[in-house]
Amino acid sequence: MAFSRRNFLKLAAMSAGSTLIADTPFLSTRARAEAEGGNVRYVATSCEMCFWKCGVIAKVQKNKKGEDVVVKLEGNPFHPQSNGKLCARGQAGIGQLYDEDRLKKPMIRTGERGDGQYKEVSWEEALDYTVEKLKAVVDKYGPHAVAMMSHGSPGDYFTNLLMAMGSGNIAFPSFAQCKGIRDVAWELTFGHKPGSSCERVDLKNSKVIVLFGTHLGENMHNSQNQEFAEAVGRGAKIICVDPRYSTAAAKASLWLPIKPGTDMALLLTWINLIISNGWYDKEYVEQYTVGFEELKEAVKGYTVEWCAKETELHEADIIEAAKDLGRYAPNVMIHPGRHVAWYGDDTQRSRAMAIINAILGSWGREGGIWLPPKGKLAGFNDGIPEYPIPDEDPIIKGNYPFAGGEGLTQVVRDVTITGKPYPIKAWFVCGTNLMKSLPAPELTRKAIDSLDFIVAVDLLPTDTVMMADVILPECTYLERHDGLFKIETRETGVAIRQPAIEPMGESKPAWWIGSELCKRMGHPEYAVKDSSMDDLQAWEKRMRRQAKAWGIDFDKLADEGYITIPDSEAPYITPENQPVFKTPSKKIELFSSELDEKHFDPIPKYEKVEPPPEGMYRLVYGRSPVHTFSRTINDQWLWELQKENQVWLNTKEAARLGLKDNQYVVLENQDKVVSNKVLVKVTERIRQDCVYMVHGFGQNSKRLTRAYNKGADDQQLITRYKVDPITGGTGMRVNFVTIKEA
Amino acid sequence: MPRYVMVIDQSRCIGCMSCVVACKRENDVPPEQYRTRVVEMVRGEFPRLRTEMRSELCNHCDDPPCVHICPTGASHQEKDGTVQIDRRKCVGCKACITACPYDVRYINEEHGYADKCSFCQHRLKEGKEPACVATCVGRSRIFGDLDDPNSEVSQLLRENSWRVLKPEVGTKPHVYYINQFPRKS
Ligand code: SF4
Ligand code: SF4
Ligand code: SF4
Repeated sequence: MAFSRRNFLKLAAMSAGSTLIADTPFLSTRARAEAEGGNVRYVATSCEMCFWKCGVIAKVQKNKKGEDVVVKLEGNPFHPQSNGKLCARGQAGIGQLYDEDRLKKPMIRTGERGDGQYKEVSWEEALDYTVEKLKAVVDKYGPHAVAMMSHGSPGDYFTNLLMAMGSGNIAFPSFAQCKGIRDVAWELTFGHKPGSSCERVDLKNSKVIVLFGTHLGENMHNSQNQEFAEAVGRGAKIICVDPRYSTAAAKASLWLPIKPGTDMALLLTWINLIISNGWYDKEYVEQYTVGFEELKEAVKGYTVEWCAKETELHEADIIEAAKDLGRYAPNVMIHPGRHVAWYGDDTQRSRAMAIINAILGSWGREGGIWLPPKGKLAGFNDGIPEYPIPDEDPIIKGNYPFAGGEGLTQVVRDVTITGKPYPIKAWFVCGTNLMKSLPAPELTRKAIDSLDFIVAVDLLPTDTVMMADVILPECTYLERHDGLFKIETRETGVAIRQPAIEPMGESKPAWWIGSELCKRMGHPEYAVKDSSMDDLQAWEKRMRRQAKAWGIDFDKLADEGYITIPDSEAPYITPENQPVFKTPSKKIELFSSELDEKHFDPIPKYEKVEPPPEGMYRLVYGRSPVHTFSRTINDQWLWELQKENQVWLNTKEAARLGLKDNQYVVLENQDKVVSNKVLVKVTERIRQDCVYMVHGFGQNSKRLTRAYNKGADDQQLITRYKVDPITGGTGMRVNFVTIKEA
Repeated sequence: MPRYVMVIDQSRCIGCMSCVVACKRENDVPPEQYRTRVVEMVRGEFPRLRTEMRSELCNHCDDPPCVHICPTGASHQEKDGTVQIDRRKCVGCKACITACPYDVRYINEEHGYADKCSFCQHRLKEGKEPACVATCVGRSRIFGDLDDPNSEVSQLLRENSWRVLKPEVGTKPHVYYINQFPRKS
């Protein structure tokens, strides 16, 4: 049945007897404002409440004082990441914009690090002070002694600054603490990541969707969840492998409550079942893969009986799932997941997931993993000179042969603490709350204590920001330009971020901060062209130049927020549209020659993970649909929906411990670290051997007046982590806790 | 005249709360008050569990007890079938809040009048869907005109078995629920 909102609206307007003013979401922002009489402005921009970069239409009106106020945010119907809709966080961007706890002025620390004493200063003074401190570090140790860690768009501008200075010590937690490991595993297998702007999962057309811990519905990436609901509505078979009955499990036709840490046993057994029963796509395997015989041999020993014991799942369920995958192949998928830093063997587990997709022929097939879009955009750097070669090799990849270019934050931290192979003495921390995003926060604190200088660029006074020597207040995404963004979904497109209103207080866009620092550090050639202290338009001019270089009509882009690159969509394999695999063999590598060469298992093997000691539970963590880690915890409209987290505990275990639903408890981990008090959710929805909580709560910063001290911080309890030897990812599900009454 | 109804496909709701926030921002609902909510009900024992997701809001009843009890005529029914509140006439006596069997009305603490879901009447006048429907990530909330046989709501109600909440109280709701649970394929 064709759903046409356009038609509905026409009908509604006609039958209501009024003239159809506008089916507003389908008009450009300009036309929409005109249609509504001009007392309102609509601004097409890009969300940054999470990193999915949905297209947003901000509605701006004047208040009684004549000031512009953002009154509503809606999804941009032209943008494929939003399709006219926003998630709760996207809707609540206004809460972040008008959060009275926001950083309003630059600040310089006056007390001890971490004691929260600051004086407000002018931008002049803050930038001069920053430069003085940075120069002192550079003069004494060299530029490589300055490191930068970031999440989100500010990273681009400070990457530019560090590279201009001659430091390559730049790292993003999105690699080692999240999805970088998975990206490498898929690159080793297919020669491509499983996605850039989004995972290239054809959920809406899939017949069987397997989720390993991927809790769609709670992990709220907008368009992906729209497609997931579409699949559920269509009656696709959802197989959910998760020790917890998640929202996605509630939609599943088969929930497999697996024993935590045994996913690899299930994956290898499925591979064995699929091969030995001939359920794989023979032609596809023949045509596109290498290493099938080795794979077949390697998985032979993984029997269903063994798997059932190892995973604590039913044999019948294990077989049923594999059969369904075979029956509906290739219109099936094992979703690649996103945060995969679990047990330290995560590259291999992600490899196993990639391999099943390969033998089922799902790469490049309807309902499987669609092919990367076409539509190349020329490189654009606005004519800045080449960066100098860093004076010392960056340490960001540690000794991990397959660490990615995004770097390993925990290695930056280790090197900062040890000073080996060389001292790192200054940190830029931009838009990431490192105390909450890295495992073993006591080490983060130790590293910060050993620095000569730390500067934070952020929106809110987070735990990490409140340890900085200088705090530079960035404005929110609703107050600044960023981009242009290349958006890769089924098609390639270009999106824009532009201000709905002027920056509040004295907050500034990160591009401006980075650019002014470039100049003051003596690298004006890397600053934004024609920018100055009192000009916030220079980036828009740069975007115009970029649009020109890309052959895009900037004014149309600014009006509509998103532009499709024509003919870029070619999701499925056809005789004319053959897949390209950027691996050494130019084929899908079931047997990885690159891993083999570096003496890692070329085909994944099962290894047991350490079980919880008697009387302890494995700590697992995840996401809430209304929060993005610790970033949104203080947002009034989201805080209201979820003020604190809960720890999920199985009913039988609660009875054994004498705990009642909704009472406060504390958790203590294997290293005797005790959590904040946290509400216990006594539930049938989780296994008896683990407990679960949503990540991001338990803020220590008193300046976050709503979020301060609410709920428990899982990261605080993650004092141990297991490093993946291939990529350097930090497996974090290796911590155990006890629970007692608070 | 149209006859506005909402159809809620419960199987498609992923509990994302986008509707709840959209409604609050669209209608300037005060902190800690809501015109709509999403209720998650899980039943059964590990590992055999079943979940019902249920969006709740004003049912815009055909036989609305809140309207019958309202002493001032502030709560009233419009020709398009929606139940609305005339804020100027409302004296904040709370009779309607007691009379409503669905617990979807509240006193707007900032202004003192009774308030509830209006089916986003102001948006309908502009030819837009209600805010919660427009943003519904799961496309679980569907809105339209029941008098138009070609509307999506009419089709859905023809093709699916549906129910309303608390049919026994005889209010004849205009919010219809389909697919209480996801299909087990
Ligand atoms: S998924 Fe939500 S928070 Fe993320 S970009 Fe989209 S609307 Fe914003
Ligand atoms: S129809 Fe409008 S007022 Fe009613 S619940 Fe939805 S958004 Fe709120
Ligand atoms: S927006 Fe839609 S899918 Fe999300 S909670 Fe509301 S009804 Fe459910």
